[in-house]
Amino acid sequence: MSEKILNNLKIKVWRQKNAQTKGQFETYPIDNISTDTSFLEMLDILNYQLVEEGKDPIVFDHDCREGICGTCSLFINGRAHGPDDDITTCQLHMRKFKNDETITIEPWRAKSFPVIKDLMVDRTAFEKILQSGGFVSVNTGGVPDGNAIPIGYDDAEAAMDAASCIGCGACVATCKNSSAMLFVSAKVSHLARLPQGQVEAARRAKSMVAKMDELGFGNCSNTGACEVECPKGISITNIATLNREYLKAKIAD
Amino acid sequence: MTAINSKIPEGSLAEKWTKHKAKIKVVSPANKRKLDIIVVGTGLAGASAAASLAEMGYNVSAFCYQDSARRAHSIAAQGGINASKNYQNDNDSVHRLFYDTVKGGDYRAREANVHRLAEVSGSIIDQCVAQGVPFAREYGGNLSNRSFGGVLVSRTFYARGQTGQQLLIGAYSALNRQIGKGAIKMYERHEMLDIVKIDGKARGIIARDMVTGEVKKYGAHAVVIASGGYGNAFFLSTNAMGCNGGAAWQAYKKGAFMSNPCYVQIHPTCIPVHGDQQSKLTLMSESLRNDGRIWVPKKKEDAEKLQKGEIGPNDIAEEDRDFYLERRYPSYGNLVPRDVASRAAKERCDAGFGVNNTGLAVYLDFKYSIERLGKDVIEARYGNLFQMYEKIADSDPYTGPMQIYPAIHYTMGGTWVDYNLMTSVPGLYAIGEANFSDHGANRLGASALMQGLADGYFVLPYTIGDYLADEIQIPKIDVNSPEFEKSISAVQARLDKMMSIKGTKPVDYFHKKLGLVMWDYVGMSRNEAGLKKAIALIADIKKEFWSDVRIPGDQGEVNQELEKAGRVADFIELADVMTRDALNRNESCGGHFREESVTPDGEALRNDEIGAYVSQWEFQGEDKEPIMHKEDLKFEVVELTQRSYK
Ligand SMILES: Cc1cc2nc3c(=O)[nH]c(=O)nc-3n(C[C@H](O)[C@H](O)[C@H](O)COP(=O)(O)OP(=O)(O)OC[C@H]3O[C@@H](n4cnc5c(N)ncnc54)[C@H](O)[C@@H]3O)c2cc1C
Ligand code: SF4
Ligand code: FES
Repeated sequence: MSEKILNNLKIKVWRQKNAQTKGQFETYPIDNISTDTSFLEMLDILNYQLVEEGKDPIVFDHDCREGICGTCSLFINGRAHGPDDDITTCQLHMRKFKNDETITIEPWRAKSFPVIKDLMVDRTAFEKILQSGGFVSVNTGGVPDGNAIPIGYDDAEAAMDAASCIGCGACVATCKNSSAMLFVSAKVSHLARLPQGQVEAARRAKSMVAKMDELGFGNCSNTGACEVECPKGISITNIATLNREYLKAKIAD
Repeated sequence: MTAINSKIPEGSLAEKWTKHKAKIKVVSPANKRKLDIIVVGTGLAGASAAASLAEMGYNVSAFCYQDSARRAHSIAAQGGINASKNYQNDNDSVHRLFYDTVKGGDYRAREANVHRLAEVSGSIIDQCVAQGVPFAREYGGNLSNRSFGGVLVSRTFYARGQTGQQLLIGAYSALNRQIGKGAIKMYERHEMLDIVKIDGKARGIIARDMVTGEVKKYGAHAVVIASGGYGNAFFLSTNAMGCNGGAAWQAYKKGAFMSNPCYVQIHPTCIPVHGDQQSKLTLMSESLRNDGRIWVPKKKEDAEKLQKGEIGPNDIAEEDRDFYLERRYPSYGNLVPRDVASRAAKERCDAGFGVNNTGLAVYLDFKYSIERLGKDVIEARYGNLFQMYEKIADSDPYTGPMQIYPAIHYTMGGTWVDYNLMTSVPGLYAIGEANFSDHGANRLGASALMQGLADGYFVLPYTIGDYLADEIQIPKIDVNSPEFEKSISAVQARLDKMMSIKGTKPVDYFHKKLGLVMWDYVGMSRNEAGLKKAIALIADIKKEFWSDVRIPGDQGEVNQELEKAGRVADFIELADVMTRDALNRNESCGGHFREESVTPDGEALRNDEIGAYVSQWEFQGEDKEPIMHKEDLKFEVVELTQRSYK
């Protein structure tokens, strides 16, 4: 850790009162930020200043601040989760920026994720997709012993890779079509890879895709941009799995 | 009110739960449909409870403050979940898990509750597997296990370093299935601000829609609090930013006793504080202690050079490294329980052997296990944790040791509940980290996930029926009753008051100030004079807050400063009771270390003569001193000994 202090930063932020009004950028200067400070801590400091100046602080979503809850969701200098790879916004540190830099911050922009206020968006559409089929249909109780069905190491690992999706929405925000295919495919592959989830894999794929279309997410045109910005390294090979399961369901129809 | 009955069933310990289940009342399917249940919080405890209750046929409404139930703080649990499956054939059993938990909790938990927890632990794993939780597996296809601090068997199930995430996704998917079916009404971005009681029974809540700012009334036949822990009273902790004590605190103000609030767990392996711009601390999972060795230099002059940045850890010769846990506790070594490991780190740093520029850090070194097992194995086990460390600390743990220091992590104390998980308010339940019930004065690693899911999947769904069976005649709760009106007006008045202060200081100012007082006087080491001082300082902060806080913006929109203000106001009051509890408990036990109660060689000294009780704090009114009752702890099976990990 070699700490440095950054000065003369200009934070250019999207401000929007609510979903009904139009938003605009505002620029705020900030000084004396340690490179060991996280990006969201920098925004905390800015907000503290704004409150002291009697201004409205900037609204943004965040919670765990360790890259796992998927709440934080900022589009920074044109990249979902900012200028670093394999991280969420809350894991971004100020050491990625320079003195005198102008840092542009926008919300996720997608038709299915309307802005609530400033940088906070409504991702309820993701909830609805999962409610339409992102589960194994078992009730509590009456299930077999955990070791009753062996699961190969590779299957467990592959399922885990797909299950790592944190539901942040960076894939949608990055995609020029605002497609939710990476998100949906991660859930479908996670469950399809396990014997417990295989039983209803095709049905699941069909209902989740139908819901995704209904909610206004765009089509996937295989640009692969989503994979690049996914903080959890969810692979687009999952989309092939989704298409396979979806096709199975269509053939069965 | 006086101390109330914990309703522990009669009979031998191993039979209590089975016999109790056979005796308690059951509600018929037709009647379940007529009964409404509110669940506040959809972390592991709340989501598992809400899903299970809805599957059984009850009408459930669930609330969380995040935009999705999947984001509850349970998601951050890294290391694993315990269960007494004995898959490793290392002689694990229900009794051993029970015994380890009671001992690990320093004999301050109820035997009957802990035994039940151990009994249902195996079913949790089965349930999660059935939901598609991708636990780690061996090549033969069986579930894999690891060890955690404070135990000698390998009973921890895990999904890489993301166990909480995967368990929560499991519970969340069960929740989603019921939401999709219309059996659960889910209220995201809603914060509960009060409990409503009618004729002494819990009958609903008041919640604020955090998007529109609207404050609304919700009725139910029973209310379940599953709102997590209150570690953020210290400002800096490993908890998520939004974690709060609010729901439990409102319950307290409506007559639910608060128990053992002074029992706070300080986790030994967190990334050290870097400066005053910090907003939270990041945990490095305890599972790392399986393969990492903790050390500081033996020589003061080496430590001083490290602190000045003149040398690095790899410059210190093997024989000049002090593996102080292995030295002091040869039988458990680096796997001693958390409280012991935390205090040992503080002891070394206070003595001047800290290894970073603040002098408040020790090393956690993987060099030895990388030599023994290879980098690939270590990467497979801890890859995501190492990545997390590197992003924060800007240094690579594969080539040099991590720096760690203890931080506030978990709260064993919480809302008092009886054996049925009901609080002292009839019809009001508390589950998960929000209650006080199973971990005594110290929680063992990987046992919180177990407890949250035990409560939600396998305990509450049974025990709540015993109460609701007598409520089937009660029609839908009328939210226009005077009790609801009174409650909503009080909530509104409090919000108005906070908005109207228009002082000079942002909410964080007060939160940080409170956190420092708590860390200095109610943290890892406590004494009478310090605790008394803290009570006075907290009272000052309360006064200052209510006269000088500044909350910009309006109530009728997203207002994150207003949300924080409400939580900090609650923390200030809760901190007072935490401190009083610590002052009353004039012994050292688990996470509670009183400098007045130590052995000649400086280890914590428990005093069962005065300390074998659960405190029950009863609210007496605003700015009045609360009253403490005691529930005596009786041990029928476990013999009380001084914990020794030597
Ligand atoms: C970093 C970290 C790592 C951990 N690792 C482990 C581990 O490896 N093994 C282990 O066993 N334990 C671990 N723990 C502890 C464990 O994760 C928690 O104790 C447990 O998950 C708590 O679950 P819960 O359901 O009780 O609460 P939470 O998951 O905290 O959920 C609380 C819920 O309540 C809601 N809520 C809170 N207040 C309100 C309100 N006023 N109105 C409406 N909703 C509200 C929240 O929205 C949320 O849904 C870890 C904890 C941390 C912090
Ligand atoms: S697939 Fe990746 S980018 Fe998309 S929601 Fe999941 S974690 Fe976020
Ligand atoms: S705040 Fe949780 S992932 Fe960023």
